[in-house]
Amino acid sequence: MGGTDLPLVLEFGGGAELLFDNVKKRQVTLDGSKTWKIKELLGWIRDNLLRERPELFLQNDSVRPGILVLVNDADWELLGELEYELQPNDNVLFISTLHGG
Amino acid sequence: MEAQQESIAALEAEIRELQASLQRKKDELHSLKQSTVTAGKLTNNDIARYSRQIILPQVTVAGQLKLKASSVLIVGAGGLGCPAGLYLASAGIGELGIVDYDTVEVNNLHRQVLHSELTLNLPKAQSARAALQQINSQLKVRTYEVQLKSENALEILQPYDIVLDCTDNVATRYLLNDACVLLKKPLVSGSALQFEGQLTIYNYNGGPCYRCIFPTPPPPETVTNCGDGGVLGAVTGVIGSLQALEAVKVLLKLDGTLAGRLLIFDGTASSFRNVKLRPRREDCAVCSAKATITKLIDYEQFCGMRASDKDMALKVLQSDERISVEDLKSIRDSRKPHLVIDVRNPLEFEICHIEGSVNIPLKQIIEDKGLDDLKQRTSGGIPVFVFCRRGNDSQLAVKHLRKKLEGVAEAKDVVGGLHAWHYRIDNNFPIY
Repeated sequence: MGGTDLPLVLEFGGGAELLFDNVKKRQVTLDGSKTWKIKELLGWIRDNLLRERPELFLQNDSVRPGILVLVNDADWELLGELEYELQPNDNVLFISTLHGG
Repeated sequence: MEAQQESIAALEAEIRELQASLQRKKDELHSLKQSTVTAGKLTNNDIARYSRQIILPQVTVAGQLKLKASSVLIVGAGGLGCPAGLYLASAGIGELGIVDYDTVEVNNLHRQVLHSELTLNLPKAQSARAALQQINSQLKVRTYEVQLKSENALEILQPYDIVLDCTDNVATRYLLNDACVLLKKPLVSGSALQFEGQLTIYNYNGGPCYRCIFPTPPPPETVTNCGDGGVLGAVTGVIGSLQALEAVKVLLKLDGTLAGRLLIFDGTASSFRNVKLRPRREDCAVCSAKATITKLIDYEQFCGMRASDKDMALKVLQSDERISVEDLKSIRDSRKPHLVIDVRNPLEFEICHIEGSVNIPLKQIIEDKGLDDLKQRTSGGIPVFVFCRRGNDSQLAVKHLRKKLEGVAEAKDVVGGLHAWHYRIDNNFPIY
């Protein structure tokens, strides 16, 4: 572990975890020698973690409609959405909205 | 055995008749009692009944009077609406409206706790009303045994102080949101699936509306309903109860409501997570100054989905690529060689399956897993018949298999799936 790691916690819920081997929470470490915006994280997730059809998670370079992204328990819209620059130990939660009752 | 079954059926019928006659008496009594409900003050009965909440500093006599003068509309008398109604009726809300077009089915009973074996096949709104008034005879209940639509939504919502979204589909959720924005009413929105639940209040206290968060509906193929995904009763119970709590807080004008926040419940970890939502969108299509939606639209068209959690009958095959359950039955009876494939997931296969059928989940078929084995089993042109629960997934499987097995064997879809088998061939085959 050097000073050039970017450790993150990624979480998936509301059914989004089904696209990721049914794993709800995982620790990942990105190359911290460069900056990572969420849009780059999405590409990394697609290339490294996504197990199912990508269009069920991503559409038009963002998450698909119906998935809410929360960074440290705040709506990513409050932080600049795709442009937010990830910080060490950020918690990023991707939650699919539920409609049942 | 048969004589016993007959006695059971006869007794059940008699009890249902007595229940109906009892309900008529109750309604009569209720309307008489209603004329004694005093507005504007608490009766001795009210004081005794609600004392444990009146003594709370957040409630007090003034708060209880507010609840008594309040009205709440519950849209959907299902897994969420039942517990929500239970706590609202018990808390002394003056009037509840219940919207539900559906009837009580046996697969509802594990979570829809106002309904019972005795109210099977009755309209859910009626069943819920009877149960709630049994708990609180002072409660006024109006039932709406209709599907909420753009044409009737404003009229139905108009008289109520708050609306509870206890529905089960995307189109109705957008409809309720827009109607509440147009009528300036808070919308307490709950949802649940499997072991998870979500809860917030839209359009309240300056907070966002549903469209501020989700301007675009999700793609239909990403939406799972309770019938397909499953749901645990205690999970809808948690969320529905919390909807009642939030409604009471809104009625009492208490701070700390979920407006602007989303509560995420994960029953597998017993964890509650409270996240901060964005503020209202300045360009929201319905709640902003730049609104483009100024009257209700066609929500089924907007979402590309029906306003129901019932499955649509898919039709992706030609009729000669399908077989009826009756024709399959005669092939089976004639003992001609054939192969029956069931494409449901293994957990569902375990619940029930056609004798001798082979379980290959749809996903494996699409990924061509086990294709060589399948080719071997069907070599020489042994026909393949494909089942699923209702005959939708099986069509997708057959579409794929017909290409992959070309020149080896012919695959056909069993129209209507196991449901058709139950209804038309074998009543003793379980249905779910």
